Amino acid sequence: MTEDPTQEPFDEAEYRRRQRSRANLMAWMLGGLAILFFLITIAKMQIFA
Amino acid sequence: MAQSLTHDETALPADWRDLFALTKPRVMSLVVFTALCGLLAAPGSVHPVLAFSSILAIALGAGASGALNQWYEAGIDAKMKRTAGRPLPAGRLDPQTALQFGVGLAAFSLFLMLFASNWQATLMLLASILFYVFVYTMWLKPRTPQNIVIGGAAGAFPPLIGWVAATGSIAPLPVLLFLLIFLWTPPHFWALALFVRSDYAAAGIPMMPVVAGEKSTRRQILFYAVIMAIGAVAPWPLGYTGALYGWTAVVLSAIFVLLSIQVGTRTTGEGDLMQPEKRLFAFSIAYLFILFGAVVVDHWWPL
Repeated sequence: MTEDPTQEPFDEAEYRRRQRSRANLMAWMLGGLAILFFLITIAKMQIFA
Repeated sequence: MAQSLTHDETALPADWRDLFALTKPRVMSLVVFTALCGLLAAPGSVHPVLAFSSILAIALGAGASGALNQWYEAGIDAKMKRTAGRPLPAGRLDPQTALQFGVGLAAFSLFLMLFASNWQATLMLLASILFYVFVYTMWLKPRTPQNIVIGGAAGAFPPLIGWVAATGSIAPLPVLLFLLIFLWTPPHFWALALFVRSDYAAAGIPMMPVVAGEKSTRRQILFYAVIMAIGAVAPWPLGYTGALYGWTAVVLSAIFVLLSIQVGTRTTGEGDLMQPEKRLFAFSIAYLFILFGAVVVDHWWPL
């Protein structure tokens, strides 16, 4: 088998770096949203109390 | 082994910076600011958490619109120098990811708005996203030089949504603020279109300077600038704002019209640096920021 010269070789380190940075960002965003939704609920309870 | 894999076999996951760039952050900053001003200028008070969440929902909705716009226009963006470096035309992101990201973000923004605010603001946010994506991006932009005029409505929604998120109803002042952005859009974008005209021509987008010519575009910039100035000052004599906003609007609109006269009455030759057009474009951004800031200051600390 000969490799297609136009295809770039796969960079596993870059793959892992991007995967890790996206996973970290997703974790922070989900955590932030959980807190935000909690705060929205508390705020609404205060308003409608 | 992984080392022998190619992009065809295992594509790299999108970098979060490219996904962020897809949301057009610079446009989003103006959207967030005008929405915040609409919310703060509304009567009564909003709980800070709900206000923050509503503004976040508007920002995410604007980001979703930007992502879907870039997904649809990837082919056009590739032909323009100004946009060729964006994640999709540069090949750093695949279209499927961009589409999923845009649709997901739009759905989430609507859910957040409904949860934090009211259905009226949610419906308006939905309308603004649909208008920007389907009416402006897909229908108007590739077909008519009036694309910016009618499409300007999409960018004019944020202060209205901000106000409705705070009050649950529409009032004359946010409608006038909507009108202000609507009338501001043509001179702002046509000033830009004048100095990136060759870019739009290369991409086949019927922007006003490409279709109607430079002279006609310059006349129309001046025409819209005058109407916009009247629209900007109008809230003061109509009694919806005080003197602080009124005088700010009078002074800034006068400068806007003067810069537009400079642009509207001149002719350019080969190799012109387009300084007056660039000056008008830059001033138009500051104009909107200061004017909306004045609406809020006038509401909270009137003269």
